[in-house]
Amino acid sequence: MFIVDVVLSGLVLGGIYALIAMGLTLQYGVARIMNLAYGEFTIAACFAAYVLFTVSGVNPIIALAVAMPASFVINWLVYAIFMTPLVKRAPDAGALEVDSILATFGLLFVVQGVLLVIFGGTYFSYSYLAVPVQILGSAVALNRLLAAGIALAIALALYLLLMKTRMGTAVRAVAVNPASARLVGIDTARYAAFAFALGGALVAASGVLVSMFFTFNASMGVVFTMKALIIVIMGGVGNVLGALAAGLILGLAEALSAGFLDSGLTMAVNFALFLAILLWRPAGLFGKRAR
Amino acid sequence: MNSPIFLAAVAAIAGAFALVQPHLGPFWQSLLINILMYTALATAWALFSGPTRYVSLATAAFFGLGAYTMAFLGEAMPLPMVYLSAAVIGAVVAAIVGLSTLRLSGVYFVIFTFGLAELIRQLVTWAEAKFGGTVGRFVFVPVSPTDIYFMLIAACVAVFALGWWVQRSRLGWALRAIGEDETVARHAGIDVTRAKVLLFSLSASVMSVVGCIMAPRWTYIDATIAFNPIISFQVLIMALLGGAARLYGPVLGVVPLAILFELLQANFPNHFSILLGAVFLAVVYLVPRGVAGLLEKRR
Repeated sequence: MFIVDVVLSGLVLGGIYALIAMGLTLQYGVARIMNLAYGEFTIAACFAAYVLFTVSGVNPIIALAVAMPASFVINWLVYAIFMTPLVKRAPDAGALEVDSILATFGLLFVVQGVLLVIFGGTYFSYSYLAVPVQILGSAVALNRLLAAGIALAIALALYLLLMKTRMGTAVRAVAVNPASARLVGIDTARYAAFAFALGGALVAASGVLVSMFFTFNASMGVVFTMKALIIVIMGGVGNVLGALAAGLILGLAEALSAGFLDSGLTMAVNFALFLAILLWRPAGLFGKRAR
Repeated sequence: MNSPIFLAAVAAIAGAFALVQPHLGPFWQSLLINILMYTALATAWALFSGPTRYVSLATAAFFGLGAYTMAFLGEAMPLPMVYLSAAVIGAVVAAIVGLSTLRLSGVYFVIFTFGLAELIRQLVTWAEAKFGGTVGRFVFVPVSPTDIYFMLIAACVAVFALGWWVQRSRLGWALRAIGEDETVARHAGIDVTRAKVLLFSLSASVMSVVGCIMAPRWTYIDATIAFNPIISFQVLIMALLGGAARLYGPVLGVVPLAILFELLQANFPNHFSILLGAVFLAVVYLVPRGVAGLLEKRR
């Protein structure tokens, strides 16, 4: 059935989008860094998985175990080297926002340039578990299903980490109010770095998962950054469950528009959704206060 | 800089550019065209983003709209009408974007402008494939590089005149107040959204006209060429290096960087994007207030 096809592919896509956005919501919501190079890191992880799979024959599930810690360390370094000076010189949150936007915009071109030098501008994909599975009479590729399943599992783990552990509580405290978090003995600078790095681990995970079923090239990062930003704002900045719900909504909206309108219009659908949220609920779908 | 000196300087430099034209070879003319183009774009960018401190990443979107206006209408109407159409289209699109995002906190505006070029690029590609059945378009209009050179001089003079006028108008004061503190500005009775949208539209319409002027240089354009994000990026970095807080600031960044980028592109075409990013990072970290800011500090 056509409608089942569309809804299923929307939910699968949405699960991945949710994971992409969760990393950004940590980086922006907790570390207060608006990372415009975010999508380039997704694409970098796609390429890492591609190389591991085609050259070394490592399957993407194992690649996850390599890419996530590696990206955690890289993003920690990015925060320590590039972001800390900005955090130190910024007189207020607004100035840090502008500075981080500019710095990561520069970073975007560096990362993209490196990828272009190594891989060129052509499209890449590889075939892993590309076998159809029947669900409710509709065929879904096993790799997509697996990717969405892993994405949801990681999302759930993150949610539990944030909600049930002492460390997670501290991260949430910094997200809500960094100044007050200091008063109760939380080392905000360290937790900001930790959240940024954790966001980096998630971006790597999402990149590896995306590469399992998606055709990508070196200059596609902007699209992923845009989607992640829209989901973060839709779900409410720093709200992990909000990002999950908003990711599913965006995935569904894209699948519906591709199914019933035209697949060339997905970006327009993204923007339309973004505009609707901005005009209707600027604090996000689940935001408590209107700004 | 007080205004008679400023206006005289603009007129003198524009005159000098016009006078040297007959003596320029193709290389120098093309370099100067680049400098003029980026001067117009970066100054137009700073016109809005300087006083309000709203970072716009959409230069390529408006530039590309202008280029496409030329591609679509270049053969259908007299040239002056085409440039006028580009100005109107740029202003209208900017007004729509501004009205929906400039009422909110600055970060939404940045995000929106960040994706805008990509959005319009995809829409144009989609519309061309669906209705035009083409990927790109040829631009055959009787405009020579020398015409472009002189039109860009006129565009630069127009931007500086516009900027000078805005600075002394009520609008300019309102924008500076918004840049200092938006809440205070609102309490002082300034219609902040109206002021921001108005200036954003003005700035965008200049960018579109510049895109429209430049389009014949390519002969062939497609959406990837016209909406190349590198344009937004270069304009931003030039304006930041020069200093967006002063009207003459961006030029100070345009001249060295336009030459540097020309050299980099000629010598390291494959590593251009990396080098560009590195230069940008250096500017953000080392000269956050721009060359104009440094000059003023020393005084």
